[in-house]
Amino acid sequence: MIRDQGLLSKIWRFAVWAVAGLFILNLLGVIAAVIVNSFATRWLGTWLPLGLTTKWYFSAWKEFQLSSVVLVTFQVVFAVVIISGLLGVTTAYALARRDFPGKRIVVLLFLLPLLIPPLTYGIPLATVLYQLGLGGSFWGVVLINLVPSLPFVVLVMIPFIEQIDPRIEAAARVFGAGTGSLFLRILLPLLLPGMLAALLLVLVRTIAMFELTFLVAGPTSQTLVVSLYYAVFASGVRAGQSIDAMAVIYMVTTLFWLVLALQFVNPSQIVARAKQQPAS
Amino acid sequence: MRAPSLRTRLASRGFDGTTLLVLPGLAVMLGLFIYPFFYGLADSLMPKEGVWYANYANFFSDPFQYRTIAATLWLAIPVTIVNLAFAVPIAFRVRLMTRQRLLTTILVLPITLGTVFVADGLLTFLGPQGWFNRVMILVGLFDGPVKLTNNYWGVFASLVITGFPFAFLLTLSYVTGIDPAIEQAAATLGASPRQRFMRVFLPLLVPGLAVTFCLAFVQAFAVFPSAVLLGSPAGSTRVISIAAYQAAFEQYDHSLGSAIAMIMGAVELVIVLLVLGSRSLFYRGPTGGTKG
Repeated sequence: MIRDQGLLSKIWRFAVWAVAGLFILNLLGVIAAVIVNSFATRWLGTWLPLGLTTKWYFSAWKEFQLSSVVLVTFQVVFAVVIISGLLGVTTAYALARRDFPGKRIVVLLFLLPLLIPPLTYGIPLATVLYQLGLGGSFWGVVLINLVPSLPFVVLVMIPFIEQIDPRIEAAARVFGAGTGSLFLRILLPLLLPGMLAALLLVLVRTIAMFELTFLVAGPTSQTLVVSLYYAVFASGVRAGQSIDAMAVIYMVTTLFWLVLALQFVNPSQIVARAKQQPAS
Repeated sequence: MRAPSLRTRLASRGFDGTTLLVLPGLAVMLGLFIYPFFYGLADSLMPKEGVWYANYANFFSDPFQYRTIAATLWLAIPVTIVNLAFAVPIAFRVRLMTRQRLLTTILVLPITLGTVFVADGLLTFLGPQGWFNRVMILVGLFDGPVKLTNNYWGVFASLVITGFPFAFLLTLSYVTGIDPAIEQAAATLGASPRQRFMRVFLPLLVPGLAVTFCLAFVQAFAVFPSAVLLGSPAGSTRVISIAAYQAAFEQYDHSLGSAIAMIMGAVELVIVLLVLGSRSLFYRGPTGGTKG
């Protein structure tokens, strides 16, 4: 590693860290503002609220019918994770192991949804779903959420499968393993860490996916983030603390899965397939 | 001698049982992505009334509608440039850290919490009585509370809070992908820090930065919930996604909604292609330091 000792380098280094520090301070301030407000009895024109209470959590749970919203959120998210996991891993396996004419087009097809704004494909897809009678239903929400999550699983799994030596499968075949036992006893154990990482990432992203769910969600198929949007949108109708209590509940559900996901993946994998090299 | 069977000939070109595993996933994408896209395109060309291009003609003749393109770009392009301009120097510092995990974990928070949560938090944080205004008045930068929500700056702030970590983490993964031996070689040969950055790192990074710019731009361009909650959705931050949503789900004109969605995708793709096209003007090659 190289360290420059000149005065200008020191000033520059200080400035860079100062900007990074200020950003993190503001970021934590935004999160802390929500948490503090959710416990506030009254918070107007002072640095900190006058008193603390937990009553907003009880009122928010009842007012926003959170028990059913949380249940629906988990049903939607697990349906999306299971379907995109099954389809994504099989697709990724074929794309990683075989080279066939037209493969580039297929890969491009899985890249496109990540490059196009969700509303651009969401609005035509929502129109189709409404005409099929799926608008506002549970399966409508699941289907629209598959569009970004299936390609995500495929793109995360392709490099993971490519690094498994195909000769292991060939050896299993030589020793007489059928397709079923080859999959169950050879591939599945090898693929499990990668699948777990990919599926947890999909889970975290689907809980936070607002735009697409918002387009097709009906009163009985709202997820937490959509309910939170409606609550903030109509703020003034209900106490701000109640809305923030709901935001904290949303935050806790998301962070629970994020912490779990971070046991298996590097944080930067949430945005990209990072090829991390240790900086020396 | 018999000709090889059809099965053998197909297998030699890469088509066999394993290849067929691609079909279920492909079918889902064709059904949920390609078909709706063409459905939307056809739908946008069949307006409620008027000639086939009436939706597009209406959009580009109504200033309330066509100005949404400028409003969106006026938010998305500065935000992306700011995010990237801060991400590169900070990533260069962080690359030297041995324990990056705490920092990257904090930065991944706003991405996972999403724009709705961040918008809700910023409404309190940036409000006239919020901590940001109070600190600014305390240190003397502001004379009185400054209105930072329900206008352009509120949306700008939310896009920085969610967009900067995204740009930073992507940049970091590119920066750490460059072999440190290249920098050591440049330093041994007497290159100053500025020279090492401008003549060694930057040319190697440009392709990665172009991709980062595109992905960060796509996110900022798609701004929707924070433009409604933190901006003035009828005024300066009436972005194109609001126009598309209102047409499709508030005026129940899915034909016009699809048309605006198509325009939105087209504008975004033009900018992405411009950026990716300019990438070819720079060096493209290995960033590793080993031979061969």
